[in-house]
Amino acid sequence: MNETGAATVLGALALRKEYGRDAGLVRAVDGIDLDVAAGETLAVMGPSGCGKSTLLHLLGGLDRPTSGELWLAGQRIDKLGERALARLRREAVGFVFQAFHLMDELTAAENVELPALLAGVPPRKARRRATGLLEQVGLADRAGFLPSALSGGQRQRVAVARALANEPLVVLADEPTGNLDSEATLDVLRLFDSLHTAGQTLVIVTHDARIAATADRLISMRDGAFIDQTLLTGGSAGNLGSLAGLEG
Amino acid sequence: MQQEVVLALLAKEPSHGYELRTRLRQALGPVGDAMNAGQIYVTLTRLEKAGLVTSESSAGGADRPDRKVYALTPAGQQRVAGWLTEVSWPKPDLAEFHLKLVAAAAAGLADPITIVDTQRRELLRRLRDAQRAAMAEPERSAAGLLLEGIVLRLQADLRWLEACERTWTTRRDES
Repeated sequence: MNETGAATVLGALALRKEYGRDAGLVRAVDGIDLDVAAGETLAVMGPSGCGKSTLLHLLGGLDRPTSGELWLAGQRIDKLGERALARLRREAVGFVFQAFHLMDELTAAENVELPALLAGVPPRKARRRATGLLEQVGLADRAGFLPSALSGGQRQRVAVARALANEPLVVLADEPTGNLDSEATLDVLRLFDSLHTAGQTLVIVTHDARIAATADRLISMRDGAFIDQTLLTGGSAGNLGSLAGLEG
Repeated sequence: MQQEVVLALLAKEPSHGYELRTRLRQALGPVGDAMNAGQIYVTLTRLEKAGLVTSESSAGGADRPDRKVYALTPAGQQRVAGWLTEVSWPKPDLAEFHLKLVAAAAAGLADPITIVDTQRRELLRRLRDAQRAAMAEPERSAAGLLLEGIVLRLQADLRWLEACERTWTTRRDES
């Protein structure tokens, strides 16, 4: 359990990741404790090089910690073997990256159904699910398009749909708006917001304050450690008019 | 409500006060929510006294209350034209916050980093409010564009706070 009272989906305890040694030792993640509640949107914000991407890779099993514990849905995962970890990555975690990482030669629908196919879902069922997900991200009419025929914002929405293909316990997003203009960013934020409403657990690392501000909880990270936490679910800060220079 | 704003709203055509309010509401969206509905009438009365607008009572049908139609006078038109070409921009007030950090550190009264953290939390809450409002706006709405401006400004302020934090952390570590 944690502050919000909901069950913890993802947890880290004294998590560390070090590179190099002696004078060249880099503590990319330097003793982090973390609890992500079911249905929570958590943002980790910090400048580039603060270790936030490394942290996300550790949380998603893309990389292994030097020490510390990692828990996903009550299961300790930092000691899992390669095969078990690969399966976990495929089925329990959805990833969204800054550079989309879509397969260029596959259509939007094929990209989205791929993780389900890899997880052994029958092709027809995988396609049906992909169609539904593309609809959910507002791209039903782009299912047959190659990524090259889509805008940056559309590609990222395909990538989000793909991340959802296996109904993951948690979606991990690394700088998901980093390559997007203001309008496309807004689309992705709306999409994350709808996922949040649907109860999806989300962890987003970013240096974009806009995306961080739409989270339930925001953690600031510097030099591999958490330095500050802001709960953003509380009451309003005041009226918008005063922010735009309107009097009373 | 700034007088020129109300004058400019009238530039399109002579209008009732409530029509101006509708235009204002469309342009501002949720940003204008907290605005006092009576403000526009107060401003119109002042503008009339200043000779920048005239008003005519129009009988809006037997069962409707009499409503005034306002129109720009030539002087009002001139004022609008001048205002549109005038270069003005709100001045950001960063010096006060900056000096707060300097004074806090110098006197040892408070940790500048704590002040920065508190300020950041407040700005993040404001950003959240503006961002949420922006997300709720339909694409390409006038109010959405205004909200984007608020969001971008807050982002800039937050980036400056990051720089403040970096600098004051370095200074603290060196001392």
